[in-house]
Amino acid sequence: MKLTIGHLYPDLLNLYGDRGNIQCFRKRLEWRGIDAEVVPVLSGEKIDFSSLDIVLLGGGSDREQELVCGYLKDIRDDFQNYVEDGGVVLAVCGGYQLLGKYYKTQTKTIEGLSILDITTEWEPQRLVNNIVLNSPLFDTPVVGFENHGGRTYIGNHTPFGKVFFGFGNTGDSGYEGVVYKNVIATYLHGPLLPKNPQVCDYLLERALKRRYGPDAGLEPLPDEMEHRANSYIAGRYSDKKYILKETIKKHT
Amino acid sequence: MRLRSRFAVRCAKITSFLSKKMNRGSGATLPGYVARRIDPNILKEISGQVRDKILVTMGTNGKTTTNAILCRALEAEGKKVIINRTGANMMNGIISAFVLATDRKSRLDADFACIEVDELAAAGVLPQLSPDCGVLTNISRDQLDRFGEVDITFNKLMAAVASVPEMKLIITCDDILSCSLAQESGNPYVTCGISEQIFDDISRSEIRESIFCRKCGSKLEYDFFHYGQLGIYHCPSCGWERPEPDFSAENITMREDGLYSFDLDGEHIDSTARTPYNIYNTLSAYTALKTAGAGYKKFKEMIESFDYGNNRESVFHIDGAKVQLHLAKNPIGFQQKVSLVLKDPAPKDIIIQINDTLQDGTDISWLWDVDFQYLADSNASSITTAGTRKYDMGLRLKYEDIPCRSTEDMEGTILELAKSGTKNLYVIVNYSGLYRTNHLLAELEKKSEGGSR
Repeated sequence: MKLTIGHLYPDLLNLYGDRGNIQCFRKRLEWRGIDAEVVPVLSGEKIDFSSLDIVLLGGGSDREQELVCGYLKDIRDDFQNYVEDGGVVLAVCGGYQLLGKYYKTQTKTIEGLSILDITTEWEPQRLVNNIVLNSPLFDTPVVGFENHGGRTYIGNHTPFGKVFFGFGNTGDSGYEGVVYKNVIATYLHGPLLPKNPQVCDYLLERALKRRYGPDAGLEPLPDEMEHRANSYIAGRYSDKKYILKETIKKHT
Repeated sequence: MRLRSRFAVRCAKITSFLSKKMNRGSGATLPGYVARRIDPNILKEISGQVRDKILVTMGTNGKTTTNAILCRALEAEGKKVIINRTGANMMNGIISAFVLATDRKSRLDADFACIEVDELAAAGVLPQLSPDCGVLTNISRDQLDRFGEVDITFNKLMAAVASVPEMKLIITCDDILSCSLAQESGNPYVTCGISEQIFDDISRSEIRESIFCRKCGSKLEYDFFHYGQLGIYHCPSCGWERPEPDFSAENITMREDGLYSFDLDGEHIDSTARTPYNIYNTLSAYTALKTAGAGYKKFKEMIESFDYGNNRESVFHIDGAKVQLHLAKNPIGFQQKVSLVLKDPAPKDIIIQINDTLQDGTDISWLWDVDFQYLADSNASSITTAGTRKYDMGLRLKYEDIPCRSTEDMEGTILELAKSGTKNLYVIVNYSGLYRTNHLLAELEKKSEGGSR
């Protein structure tokens, strides 16, 4: 078996160790004896979505995001068909915003792909910290780091998780990200997947079933180190004393 | 001097005295805070007494080293120089440096001031200092949790530089961001750079800021990269290109002992620099001195005995083992350390400590931007991860199929590896671990000497 992962515009959207997500997809397939091919799609290149099993859309700075949206217009319809057909997508930070209708920055409005019915608006106060979510998709918490000026309003979409500690989509909505069909769109980097192997395997399994039928599945892996990294952050922010200490330090 | 300023200086000195007496930190920033509360113009007032010139150093990497070279070079010519201490590079730290250097009558006796300025503090500090020259070492990603995006750093620096239009900028033109900043700011500028391809592949990581033309948005083409985003670039569509540098390091060679030699402005220098970025720091400093018109006459003599270490790269001997301590606080710095480890073919043990305090940066995503896969070929007999984010570091290695273990007990691990390891130990730490580990290694070295006598 083999899965093909399309990394969209790594030359533009390469902030925050997106490479960690790619590496996680790749290794967790290889460790199970499944081939993995990563296809970097550079800006301006054509994409054949039928050859892809997973699409990763990473984060970029506002300036770079604007350049990206020019290229995205050309592939918009193909991308939307891929998503509606159950194609697996992981969109992080800038990539999350670009899936929506628009991102209104301080100076201009960047038009998005309109694949999700969401909008993002820039505010001067950036939301920056570790974040812990409880997602109904998983038994264990999802942990990561968020760093965004945009506030994303997700309308009637299903959120990725409920914020246990951190800011999330808007800072006060109490929710983070969006799950739509086989798309996970989130602000969490850190990177997201290595510390949350459950999320990685969820996406891989969906991609496998889509390509190879409902019987295709994943063998469990020894994830001790992953769980320790995850519990360290989840545990830290379950500790009220720690949170108080951190808040005081930040403001002095 | 106005009475208010004198009172501010007096209070700052008392604060410094008290905070030292009470053992509340090193007293490097609080006095500045006190002085500024009493007299908001204190920095302007006192820095105005510098007789000759004020030089500031800004940029992501290399500020401390470049600033130290400037200071030493000027001192080598017999000048009196004010310098701010490592890390005290925000407004309060800088004020402290000036205020605490004054005499009993609140007068400053200094020919030059060499001041390292944090990127975010620059907008406040520069208008007060009105520097004659400003060195911009480079702009790259560092502590994104603090700075947001590299473009935000760029814009803040731009605003700071443009607020002092008389200041001559000294930039590394191999860095496209520094170069655009200089050209857009309207300030007069002098460039330095390296035109020959000399550095190995491993020093060059894949992350690169801004490979797009800042004028027309097309993808830039690079003849080659030095490391990070430093390299020789041009824009195929609008023709914008790296300018020919006014000063450059040429004929760069590595001597047998791993130290670099190069020619600079017609002078051959056998430097004590072990890393490419210290060649850049030396080059930037020399360019600044030439621009300022002082401190360059005895440069060769001074720089050939200069200690680039700054405590950041120290060697200890514990139980017959050679233990090297290295600081790596951002991806570009870490990539250089990986490259350094690979240059040593001998078997080795490696400890990597990653903390995530506010000083280090609370976001450790950058670990994934470092090409750690090369460590698979480093002849390491063991790799141990430590620090608050030891498991994140462990995962980074796991996902390159590089085996490692994690420890809570730094001292125990160092002792164990010194005793029964390869006798060649590398300890790589990020910022907040540096002082404690340095202290720990010094103590262990003392103990081990005492035991063998």
